Amino acid sequence: MRAPAIVLLLAPLALLGQQAAKNSCLDCHSALDGAAQRPSLLSKTDVHTVNGLGCADCHGGDRTSDDPSVAMNPAKGFIGKPARTAIPKLCARCHSDPDFMRKFRPQQRVDQYELYQTSIHGKRLASGDYTVATCIDCHSVHDIRQVKDALAPVHPLRLPETCGRCHADSQKMAKYGIPTNQLADYRTSVHWNALKIRGDLSAPNCASCHGNHGAKPPQVESVAAVCGSCHVPFGQLYQKSVHEPIFSAASGGGGCIVCHSNHAIHQPSTAMLEGPNAVCSRCHDPGTPGANAAAQMATWIDGLDSSLKQSEAVLTSAEKYGMEVSDAQARIGDGRENLVKARLALHSMQLSEVKKPVDAGMAIANETLRAGQAALREKDFRRWGLAVSVLLIGIAIFAIWLLIRRIEIKGGHWRDAGAPVPK
Amino acid sequence: MKAASWLGERLDLSAVRELIEHKTVPVHSATRWYYFGGITLFLFGIQVMTGILLMLYYRPTVAEAFESVRFIMTRVEFGWLIRSIHSWSANLLIFVAFVHMFSVVFTHAYRRPRELTWLSGIALLGLMLFFGFSGYLLPWNKISYFATKVGTDVAANAPFIGPAIARFLRGGEDVGAPTLTRFFAFHVMILPLCAAALIAVHVLMIQKQGMSTPPWLSASSVRQMRFFPNFFLRELMVWYCALAALGALAAIFPWELGEKADPFASAPAGIRPEWYFLAQFYTLKLIPSHVLIFEGEILGILGFGLLAAAWAALPFWGVDRLGAARTRLVTGAGIVMVSYLAVFTVLGYIK
Repeated sequence: MRAPAIVLLLAPLALLGQQAAKNSCLDCHSALDGAAQRPSLLSKTDVHTVNGLGCADCHGGDRTSDDPSVAMNPAKGFIGKPARTAIPKLCARCHSDPDFMRKFRPQQRVDQYELYQTSIHGKRLASGDYTVATCIDCHSVHDIRQVKDALAPVHPLRLPETCGRCHADSQKMAKYGIPTNQLADYRTSVHWNALKIRGDLSAPNCASCHGNHGAKPPQVESVAAVCGSCHVPFGQLYQKSVHEPIFSAASGGGGCIVCHSNHAIHQPSTAMLEGPNAVCSRCHDPGTPGANAAAQMATWIDGLDSSLKQSEAVLTSAEKYGMEVSDAQARIGDGRENLVKARLALHSMQLSEVKKPVDAGMAIANETLRAGQAALREKDFRRWGLAVSVLLIGIAIFAIWLLIRRIEIKGGHWRDAGAPVPK
Repeated sequence: MKAASWLGERLDLSAVRELIEHKTVPVHSATRWYYFGGITLFLFGIQVMTGILLMLYYRPTVAEAFESVRFIMTRVEFGWLIRSIHSWSANLLIFVAFVHMFSVVFTHAYRRPRELTWLSGIALLGLMLFFGFSGYLLPWNKISYFATKVGTDVAANAPFIGPAIARFLRGGEDVGAPTLTRFFAFHVMILPLCAAALIAVHVLMIQKQGMSTPPWLSASSVRQMRFFPNFFLRELMVWYCALAALGALAAIFPWELGEKADPFASAPAGIRPEWYFLAQFYTLKLIPSHVLIFEGEILGILGFGLLAAAWAALPFWGVDRLGAARTRLVTGAGIVMVSYLAVFTVLGYIK
């Protein structure tokens, strides 16, 4: 009697399970062609599908019914393809609900919609510009993946191209009057090199400086703060420098980008200080105190760099001869650290601040050069010592050979064949 | 002469006098191979002397071993020379010991009544290999640390007693501070004592039985050279040559120190043991992980053990009932063994 009772009790639960799993939207759309079929193909890997959500959770309707007139009945909440203006709010229904999101990812942030409303994209959308980016333009639709998924369009490695889909499109950007060279410039930068070539996911992409949901370009006064959020000591020195108030007052963007540019940030070198392409010469005419100070800093930094390289070359040569120079090679690392400090200190624009690490680095360069030269002299001493030793050994061998000859010429030291020998 | 007579009054030097006056060396086409035993002894002497000098500065702790070797190489007067000669001589010693062993095989000098000389020689070769293995770790650099890990891992795979041997060698579950202390104790105390005793037995046996004449020559028809001074002076010339070679290697290719061992770092790519273990190491790599129901590595180690035992027993299976050498069989086995060691060592090095 007990078994049939259990079956009767569990039967409704089994039916409930079947109903929950049913998705008539997919059943029909997968049998269609073209654009109508596309969502059903894409959604298999969608993060929402993976987490048990279905088409009706966004589009409404009754997914348990096989009858299209019931399944897509507005009376059942069916909204069809949401209007672009409605998309952020639609996503926010869940993504701004901490209680709902906690069920899937307890640490998932829920401020995206709020931030979006503060962004240029959000503000323009609110003002009726339907062409600006909404959630689906960056995250895709029906095949939305987590940010950490390498195939997601918002994965750090793919984000620049995702932003570039619109921002590098001159037709789309024409009505906003903003340039479209950002992606091309970024692709020449040290940041792109770190991100794409070296695969460093922590390297800055568009969102690192501009934000993601709250995307807006940093204003003049905040450029140094944006760069300084990663380049902390550079930012601190710049804030105290003589350039800070001047650059901040400059039109067309100031701060770090005056010298380093914004998207096309290239590997800095002393050529930025002195020479035909010097950025300093854009403001400081040759012979002026500013140009002279820049030239002096370039001379010091280049001098330290070449001195360290010279020491390194001598140590490498000594090492190739098998000389033990690891102490001096470790000290070269300290010298390189001073070179970095000197390059950092020039952002203070004070010669005295640059000179300190340059002097410390030069002392190390000289010390290691002496160590390398001593190792090479020691190598020569060893070779000469070897030559003399081999000569003396050769003389000793020759003397023994003469002795053997003398002994054997006299005879009597060879036992004749047939004489008794040991076993 | 006064000193000799003074000593003669107090000690019985008749045995020494007998040796000097009557010891002879057969002169024939294979006489040159007799020098290799002497070179091995000479290099062992170099090892003892340079080892004692290194001990004056070496500190056998994980914190200080690497730094003390670096101190020897950079600060101690001629420390670089002593350390380089010690390292090069260790390698040459093992190479020369192998040459000496195979010269004994190919001249069939292992046959009756020289079984004990052969056995003591094989034991000495084993000791020299253990000397090399234990000494390799002492600088406590990255390569030596991981090579010792690999080496003791191989030992751990020996059937039945493997794990116990590995624990005994390491002084724990892994290579660490206790391993360094143990290897130092093995290298400077236990192994030298054992080696001294075995060398004494080996040399005494040679003095007692004289130099062997190859079986294809009649001992009574072979011309003999007096050991003192004729052979000894020739041997001295060879020793001088070995000394010059050691000096040249030490001066032109000083033994490198490498980086300090970091047990938390990942093993460097292509880590392999010293060249004299490469053939076995490469063989173990070739054996599949499982052969029938047995683990490949265990089977390999068991195979090496049996092969070593069979090789040590050469004086017993390498002769017929009358005690005459089975020259074809032993020469064939020798050629196979030399070929295997040479080819697999090269393969282990390049692959």
